[in-house]
Amino acid sequence: MPEPRVPESSVMPRFATGARVRISARSEGRHHRVPSYAKGRIGVIERVCGAYDQPELIAYRCSGEPLQTLYRVQLNQEDLWSDYEGACNDTLEIEIFEHWLEPA
Amino acid sequence: MSERHPHTHRSPPQPDHPEPSSDYELLGVALNELLIEKRIYTAAEMRATIEQIESIDSSHGARVVARAWTDPDYKAELLADGFAAVEKLGLDPGYVELTVLENTPQVHNVVVCTLCSCYPRLMLGRPPVWYKSKAYRSRVVREPRAVLREFGTEIPKDVEVRVHDSTAELRYLVLPMRPANTDGLSEDELVELVTRDSMIGTALAEAPSVAS
Repeated sequence: MPEPRVPESSVMPRFATGARVRISARSEGRHHRVPSYAKGRIGVIERVCGAYDQPELIAYRCSGEPLQTLYRVQLNQEDLWSDYEGACNDTLEIEIFEHWLEPA
Repeated sequence: MSERHPHTHRSPPQPDHPEPSSDYELLGVALNELLIEKRIYTAAEMRATIEQIESIDSSHGARVVARAWTDPDYKAELLADGFAAVEKLGLDPGYVELTVLENTPQVHNVVVCTLCSCYPRLMLGRPPVWYKSKAYRSRVVREPRAVLREFGTEIPKDVEVRVHDSTAELRYLVLPMRPANTDGLSEDELVELVTRDSMIGTALAEAPSVAS
């Protein structure tokens, strides 16, 4: 069973709320939790969610450590889709682990 | 086989689902039977687990929403720490973080899991088939307003539509706006207006019927 709630952790988050980040565009053959539409996109940290096991490791029954900080990243829909037909202030928020983020 | 496991078939599993129609469903049935034969768990334990899962429906989430509508302190707590606030109502918040997303006159929230079908099951029960469909998962991130329109939900252009892709550890519950003309309603009456879809974000809470 997963650990209850956000594990207490000494992991220091690299990014603060409001920081501009780019979601890595790298490809990954293993199980991972970054959908392709978000790869390479630039957004803003909406909140820091705590540190969790790395999904690329626990999917294969390995220890998930070192834990990775998880963030919610806010993206503008018009940056995601060039033909977006909603309103210009529509957004999308997605959970991304720190090892998939770079400063932008 | 029966000589080696004389008690295996004393309490065989009775099917809970329709006849399997695909290879994967058949594989699931076979695996379940094998685990029972190997006494990893019993048929009675499996039945009890299914009953427990099926005992949860969206009335759990609706209670949380109705309390937030009637008690501003509770609402503040719910938005700050969904897990603790749910527990406070005597409900099981599960083992993952519950993040509550408040709809306002400026922002309409809608939830999806594009990678699989992450869903706040302990608040809403089992997800509907459309939530797990490839069509919903691929389209609501790309054309959310068109998808909402298909649910009968028109969001004005000056309201931000905010899609939440539940890709990792958090689970999301939308706190819909309290409908107009509900000032005189009790918390129990308000619960009736909170639909499952309004807590996913594909619909608004129901309007009160004229009679009440």
